[in-house]
Amino acid sequence: MDRVNTLPVVDWDLAAVSVRELNQFLHDLPGSEREATGEWPTIRVHNPAGQHSIAVGLQVPVQVEVLGDGGYFLAGMNQHALVTVHGNVGWSVAENIMSGRVHVKGCASECAGASGQGGLIVIEKDTSSRCGISMKGCDIVVGGSVGHMSAFMAQAGTLVVCGDAAAGLGDSLYEATIYVQGLIHGLGADAREEPMTSADCERVATLLSRAGLPGDPKQFKRIASARSLYHWHADAANEY
Amino acid sequence: MLEESYSFNRTVMDYIHHAAEHGLYEIRGLGAKRALPTFDDLVFLTASASRYPLEGYREKCQTKTLLGTRYAKKPIELEIPITIAGMSFGALSANVKEALGQAATAMGTSTTTGDGGMTPEERHSSKTLVYQCLPSRYGFNPDDLRKANAIELVIGQGAKPGGGGMLLGQKISPRVAAMRTLPAGIDQRSACRHPDWTGPDDLAIKLRELREITDWQLPIYIKMGATRVREDVKLAVKAGADVVVIDGMQGGTAATQQTFIEHAGIPTLAALPLAVEALDEMNVLGEVQLIISGGIRSGADVAKALALGANAVAIGQGVLMALGCNSATYVQHGSRVDATDDYARLETAPGYCHHCHTGRCPVGITTQLPELEARLDPAWGAQRLKNYLQVLTMELTTLARACGKSNVHHLEREDLVALTIEAAAMAKVPLAGTNWIPGLAGNE
Ligand code: SF4
Repeated sequence: MDRVNTLPVVDWDLAAVSVRELNQFLHDLPGSEREATGEWPTIRVHNPAGQHSIAVGLQVPVQVEVLGDGGYFLAGMNQHALVTVHGNVGWSVAENIMSGRVHVKGCASECAGASGQGGLIVIEKDTSSRCGISMKGCDIVVGGSVGHMSAFMAQAGTLVVCGDAAAGLGDSLYEATIYVQGLIHGLGADAREEPMTSADCERVATLLSRAGLPGDPKQFKRIASARSLYHWHADAANEY
Repeated sequence: MLEESYSFNRTVMDYIHHAAEHGLYEIRGLGAKRALPTFDDLVFLTASASRYPLEGYREKCQTKTLLGTRYAKKPIELEIPITIAGMSFGALSANVKEALGQAATAMGTSTTTGDGGMTPEERHSSKTLVYQCLPSRYGFNPDDLRKANAIELVIGQGAKPGGGGMLLGQKISPRVAAMRTLPAGIDQRSACRHPDWTGPDDLAIKLRELREITDWQLPIYIKMGATRVREDVKLAVKAGADVVVIDGMQGGTAATQQTFIEHAGIPTLAALPLAVEALDEMNVLGEVQLIISGGIRSGADVAKALALGANAVAIGQGVLMALGCNSATYVQHGSRVDATDDYARLETAPGYCHHCHTGRCPVGITTQLPELEARLDPAWGAQRLKNYLQVLTMELTTLARACGKSNVHHLEREDLVALTIEAAAMAKVPLAGTNWIPGLAGNE
């Protein structure tokens, strides 16, 4: 679920309380029976001031609005929650995300969505290097450009890049798929461009629409694994 | 006269021939096979007239071990200072993981997950389970994290410090593949660096994230292969570790390059005193606990490790051997069955096998093939391992009592001397019969 109606808003000011107190409050919220009702509480976090580990380990349907910049690991290991950051984020936003949605209105630093297993990550502007590293099934939509070695060793899921991709894109890819609308400044080992099918266009269109970002699916290029690194030496498999 | 070259002996020639024929380096399992200084090079100065011993069979000798007391709300209390090292489901069969859990639970100690995540069998059978957070993050998820009793963030291991893991296609069964989100049958490479942080400053922030997610309940261990031990231990302490785990170069692996196993890292004997000194210099001795691993085999090894300052040890290869690794037979329906032909098919023999990487373990330990896995019954394996851990504990307390200690953690460096100059220098204890500790300033 990407959008929900909300119950009354609760305000937390990180200038006055600690990240620890905020996270404990979020962890203590009652269970997931609200998931289907669409009536989720909204927690507004003021003055995040680039602090690390804000809203990590959430497990229940809750909407968190972070009003400013976050530091490392914002919304790490997210489950079910919808976290929106009205600012930029540091390293490894939504690392190991399992489900739910993390939406950054600004830019993200390195390793956005690292090893994410499910859910959706939206970065409206640019991300730095290794966006989607080791991703294992999450979807990532970047409105701007991505830095070098993005989707390095990505195993499953989708990375959609509306802008450009720096060198080394998709190095050592497994079964994840990358779509890039702009320029690709070089592919990594074992990554190759493949023809866009109608199913690919549909996949990109769906993700852009869920992310609320513009883009013409037909302009995207599809990058996937050539699978030539899947075996150390195909002719001598028994010799290892 | 036949004269073999020292530099180019038959082993070296075999290596060159193999390299020339295949164009591939050798990958294998287990740990370093070369001769290295070990705990065997130390002996205890047990009690005599100047110290009095405790009565071997009557006076109590405590073995309880507390880990994770620095920051965690729920530290771990073990009955013995001997833990089971992290080994993955994938490298090991599900039956073996279950046996490890059962034996560890029966002995009141912990077992540890590995690359590939936590299996339900393992969680169910283990009272105290340490959940590894590895660079690959295969199968890593917050639900299992919250089910764990402690977290072990793995930076490296003794068999391959600085290197990633490897699981060859033969062992990537559909279940293993699904747990790792990988296609079945591929040769799987595990990363050597974590995907979401780099360097010691980031490590501190990562630890804090893990603590936040688990509400500061669980102890966090940091495991490292033994290389620049003094610096690495200090950085781990600064990053906020509750427990530091140092794995010496004799530590085992399911599969890595032979060149790594034999030529990277320092021996466990050298690593342990460096780690203790680092903790001392950071003023956290007793506050941050130290686990040492890498070639621990006997109760004497455990006693010496504790005397040198470790709070506990972790054992991997010894555990596999207790389950029958390198044994000529396996047990099926109560009878011993000869496995030497299966070893021969791997071009090895009982006593020489290091072929865990093949997935065709003759005794059913490091395999995912159902017909081989069936060779190890979990209940039988658990009993064997329990026996082994029991013997280690009895040997440990025997030596501690003979040194006059009512608690194994009271063993101390002063109880030891070395039999070789190398061991004296590494362990920083005097050469037997002298006051000489080579390399210690003012002691030349
Ligand atoms: S017997 Fe099995 S566990 Fe032991 S070294 Fe050989 S393959 Fe590995």
